[in-house]
Amino acid sequence: MAYLDFAATAPMSDDVIAAWEFAVRQPGNASATHRDGQKSRLLWEEGRENIARTLGAKPFDVTMTGSGTEAINLAIKGLWWGRNSDAHRARIITTEAEHHAALDAVHWLVEHESAVVEFLALDEFGVIDLDDLRAKLSDDVALITSLWVSNEIGTVQPIAEIVAAAAVHGVPIHMDAVAAWGHIPIDFDASGLAVMSVSAHKIGGPVGVGALAVARSWNIVPSIHGGSQQRLRSGSLDVAGTYAAGVAAQRAHAHVVGNVQKTHELAQRLADGLRASIPGITFRGHPTNRTGDNVHITVPGLDTVSALFLLDELGHSVSAGSACQAGVNSPSHVLRAIGVSDSDGPLRFTLGPTTTDSDIDEILAALPAIVERTRTLN
Amino acid sequence: MSGGVDSAVAAARAVEAGHDVTGVHLALSRMPGIFRSGSRGCCTVEDSLDARRAAGLLGIPFYVWDFSAQFTEAVVDDFISEYSAGRTPNPCMRCNERIKFAALLDRAIELGFDAVATGHYANVVTAADGTPELHRASAWAKDQSYVLGVLTADQLRHSMFPLGDTPSKDLVRAEAERRGLSVANKPDSHDICFIPEGDTRDWLADRIPMETGKVVDTDGNVVGSHDGAVAYTVGQRKGLNLGVPAADGRPRFVVSIKPQSNEVVVGSRDDLDIGEIGGARVSWAGNDPVVSGYADATENGFSPLDCEVQIRAHADPVPATAEKRDGEIVVRPNTPLNGVATGQTAVLYVGTRVVGQFTIDRTVAANALV
Repeated sequence: MAYLDFAATAPMSDDVIAAWEFAVRQPGNASATHRDGQKSRLLWEEGRENIARTLGAKPFDVTMTGSGTEAINLAIKGLWWGRNSDAHRARIITTEAEHHAALDAVHWLVEHESAVVEFLALDEFGVIDLDDLRAKLSDDVALITSLWVSNEIGTVQPIAEIVAAAAVHGVPIHMDAVAAWGHIPIDFDASGLAVMSVSAHKIGGPVGVGALAVARSWNIVPSIHGGSQQRLRSGSLDVAGTYAAGVAAQRAHAHVVGNVQKTHELAQRLADGLRASIPGITFRGHPTNRTGDNVHITVPGLDTVSALFLLDELGHSVSAGSACQAGVNSPSHVLRAIGVSDSDGPLRFTLGPTTTDSDIDEILAALPAIVERTRTLN
Repeated sequence: MSGGVDSAVAAARAVEAGHDVTGVHLALSRMPGIFRSGSRGCCTVEDSLDARRAAGLLGIPFYVWDFSAQFTEAVVDDFISEYSAGRTPNPCMRCNERIKFAALLDRAIELGFDAVATGHYANVVTAADGTPELHRASAWAKDQSYVLGVLTADQLRHSMFPLGDTPSKDLVRAEAERRGLSVANKPDSHDICFIPEGDTRDWLADRIPMETGKVVDTDGNVVGSHDGAVAYTVGQRKGLNLGVPAADGRPRFVVSIKPQSNEVVVGSRDDLDIGEIGGARVSWAGNDPVVSGYADATENGFSPLDCEVQIRAHADPVPATAEKRDGEIVVRPNTPLNGVATGQTAVLYVGTRVVGQFTIDRTVAANALV
């Protein structure tokens, strides 16, 4: 029974759960002045420090949020309002392959705040066309927002070049690093980015914890007002969630710098096995500038819903890309953005630190027959 | 599992009977409403969550399967084109015929399932020769065999209706409550599932050009005007702009709709009494009347047989004779049927058994029969 849907969520390890339980037993409100509060505060700070260190950011520049989606919304809307507070900068540059948290936030600004969105051309691998970016940039662009790593097809964007292009016009960049953290090395302070969003449960932390790294020179307007427990986001500090996320961050960081190679080898074995046993598949995303733990294929005519069902019956957790409201898979907007036909059914395998050889064996044993059976059900 | 109490209890009974059950919610609209609404209790996001919760309680896997494209084509588009042709469609029959017990059943069988179970009130019984038969449910008031009348033997072989032998809806609700299903008190869905608030007229007006036209009597004389022929139903009395009263002073009713000439034909109540209906699009729910022994084969059909005909889901069945000649089923009710529109489905019963159904292509008023 293989779990190959780490991009959806990464299971919490025993020590992360133990850390959460330990911290949640500490009774104080982290913003209270008495000792109970101080103890809670300390746990929260420790958690944030661990998170910040693995992001390459200073703790004070990291805002804890209630989700990756909240961090993305805070980044995009916060930056938009900040950039429009002293001048009129209507344009937002992004791509059509973003996660819905970013796309819908941008769309909301277009519908309600008179923003103008411009989509960058992408190549067949989903890589941003840098010439198109340079052509679209000017100093009346409010911001650029992009995925650092595609949660669907694994492509890694050329960050250094994007930053360099934007710097010419002084345009801030938001990178959605939700699928990057814990998969590739990241260093926010060295990156030149304005804001960077992450999500704890993607790296084995609890759901309900997100974070936004903010370069302090940029004006971010908060969305959630209240007790100002954090400069950019009000609400009682989630002590246990942040503390546990910090433990998860350390584990994930150790994995990235330590034995991520093992996971990549398993992914490579999976890819090789799929290529050898299933005719007609296409691997999606960039072949080399990609996160090594993501294998994404499309199969012409595949009824993905049925294939996932049959895999599920065998106890294997695999996905087609982003989950959707009400449980229905729609054609992927990411695949459409890179020109893939709706009739090419996708299968996404995302591996993690606990993926084993036998997981790969089981998938390779089951998948060819399943693909044959569901290849023309569409 | 629609999110309603019937399908939830049906699922529970199937589990209890020892079947290997998987709950499936059909996504039939690409843009579902969010909240349950009173009149249309089906297929919103909240409904799908109700279904999911029920499945969770029963410990069965749950999936949402998208049949919106097929539904649009087979049910919604058919609905619009039937109205455009001046006929009155029955979308629930088309959905059963083409989606629930066809597209869905086909996919289920492909994936290794043996049957589709629903919360319909009906019974499937096996005849002596092994062919399945569809029968009314034990509860007359809740019987839904009419809307399943379009199923064939093969479809019936792969259908299960766990609620068929329950005599009342109250018992089903009580059972839901006992089982801890939160939908025990959810109101039943009425109306058409894809038309919000049950406002068929407005929904159609948005989709079919409505042009002012003439209202004529059965002799062809112009007696008034209308705002769009297709929004009228046979038997309708209200909403007619009649400038000329009937010669006998009695009320007039819509007798038929002629979309080609954009005319609405009105007549007296007597003109609504139908003495004969006929149709060529027929299906048998199992063995046909000859094989079943109800009638004798003739050169091009079968001889008259005594049966009951039901023309609406909640109409009373009417004793009638049915025969097949010249390529169509012809049914003469013993007492006239009231308010029959072409496009409606006529379901034929012998006792509690659904023999088959046909779509009504033509009607003849009782006072026009020789």
